[in-house]
Amino acid sequence: MLEINNVSIEYAARKGPPSLALDNVSLSIAAGEFVVALGASGCGKTTLLNTIAGFIPATRGEVLLNGAPVEGPGHERGVVFQKHALMPWMNVVENVEFGLRLRKMPLHERRRIGLECLNKVGLLQSAYKQVYELSGGMQQRVGVARAIASSPSVMLLDEPLGALDAFTRESIQELLLNLWDESKGLFFFITHDVEEALFLATKLIIMAPHPGRVVHEMALPFARRYLETRNARATKASPDFIAARERVLTLVHETSSGGMH
Amino acid sequence: MASSSSTVIGKPTTELTMSPDAISVKKAAAARRRRARSYGALGQGSTWLISLITILALLALWWLATSLHWIKPLFLPSPRATFNAFVSALQGQTQGDTPLAQHVLISITRVMSAFVLAIVTAVPLGIAMGTSRIARGIADPIIEFYRPLPPLAYLPLIVIWLGIDESAKVTLIYLACFAPLAMASKAGVRSVAVEQINAARSLGASHWQVIRLVVLPAALPEILTGMRIAIGFGWTTLVAAEMVAATAGIGQMVLNASNFLRTDIVIMGIVVIGLLAYGIDVLMRKMETRLIPWKGKM
Repeated sequence: MLEINNVSIEYAARKGPPSLALDNVSLSIAAGEFVVALGASGCGKTTLLNTIAGFIPATRGEVLLNGAPVEGPGHERGVVFQKHALMPWMNVVENVEFGLRLRKMPLHERRRIGLECLNKVGLLQSAYKQVYELSGGMQQRVGVARAIASSPSVMLLDEPLGALDAFTRESIQELLLNLWDESKGLFFFITHDVEEALFLATKLIIMAPHPGRVVHEMALPFARRYLETRNARATKASPDFIAARERVLTLVHETSSGGMH
Repeated sequence: MASSSSTVIGKPTTELTMSPDAISVKKAAAARRRRARSYGALGQGSTWLISLITILALLALWWLATSLHWIKPLFLPSPRATFNAFVSALQGQTQGDTPLAQHVLISITRVMSAFVLAIVTAVPLGIAMGTSRIARGIADPIIEFYRPLPPLAYLPLIVIWLGIDESAKVTLIYLACFAPLAMASKAGVRSVAVEQINAARSLGASHWQVIRLVVLPAALPEILTGMRIAIGFGWTTLVAAEMVAATAGIGQMVLNASNFLRTDIVIMGIVVIGLLAYGIDVLMRKMETRLIPWKGKM
């Protein structure tokens, strides 16, 4: 259970009043939800994720995870970044088991978990490669494996597919849904891609900029439908998916154009 | 290329006056040269052959200038005389009766001991400056003040404090190496991606673990660049210092030879100093590719 209670975030401006990145955001997310935050750039979705991750403190309000306030980063919240987050001085499996090494788990044990997690993301055969030898999509899979290696109760994904091509994107979307289904954990995913948001989310949060705020929440059936049917194309091509896409696009346009000027 | 026997309907073909093959071959070669200029980055390609010719041409010019007596041997001895000076210096026939190898060994020992001392002190300080406001506030003014000073400007002070024995020279080279290394380490800390730090913290890394396991390796490329600059600077400083106050060392050997107008030893010494500096730089570059194979790939 993740609760965000009246969280506001202000950044100090060089001159003038501080700028408001998040304005009084409240959310309540049950374990087992796949939450997707969707919005144009500047709507504070990364700020919100960073607050849940514990990278930046809330100016006002609080974030509670299972009733305990979030006061900094912790390994029960795994984070997957857009890019630049792997460490090239370690090979693939060493990157994956890095969190376990930080907690002094013995090598043979953490290596077993590391390889298991790489297997889950389909990269077992690349375990002893260097990270700079991998493609962008494979690097993101390593990032996901590294986060799940600590078996977090919350997965925070900050536009992890933003820099990938469409084909790679789709295969990792399906991978993420499988991992979510298997872990029964809470996923919090950020994107500015409407189709991606609709496909992944069981709960969609639409955000708007200036100041960053949540303007809409809706429950969606498509992620579970994919897991039942295993047919991503049919799910994305179904009439109700297309209708939802148009409705969400209209909402995003309405809410983000008003605050632009 | 194209056969000239093809016909256009209603017209007989006319033979070309020049072989079409010869024309097209010439044109293709010219086009290749043009393409080589218009595609890719400017000045691409290997240079070793051009460099080799340059070196050989300079040696030939040197040989010509001396064997035709354009320049007196006092000012420029012949390549052969210089080589002979090298051979006899190896056998110990220098002005101070110290063999060349010993001069070189003394100089390299001085540089290396000062360099190692600088690494173990300047890198931690640079990392501290990059990660702590207080450390940066304390060290910045000191390093920024003395860094632009030529080491020979404070050598007299070091000689007053420490005399002219080894400790004075090692201290001087140490100071010369220290500033560029500390600055490079500080800059290296700045080049760490915030995502890498946040990733480590989200995996449960403590402040100290972040510095040791993320910041230090991420700063390594810049630290190694700093090491290359530092040892180059240390070497030039050493040779200069040996010319001011020393009883042995490659710089002292050159200065001593010049006092006796042994220009052959002077030139031989200069060449040895240059080759050693080049050798050190090659070693540093080898180390770079060994230690940071990811450089430029992430």
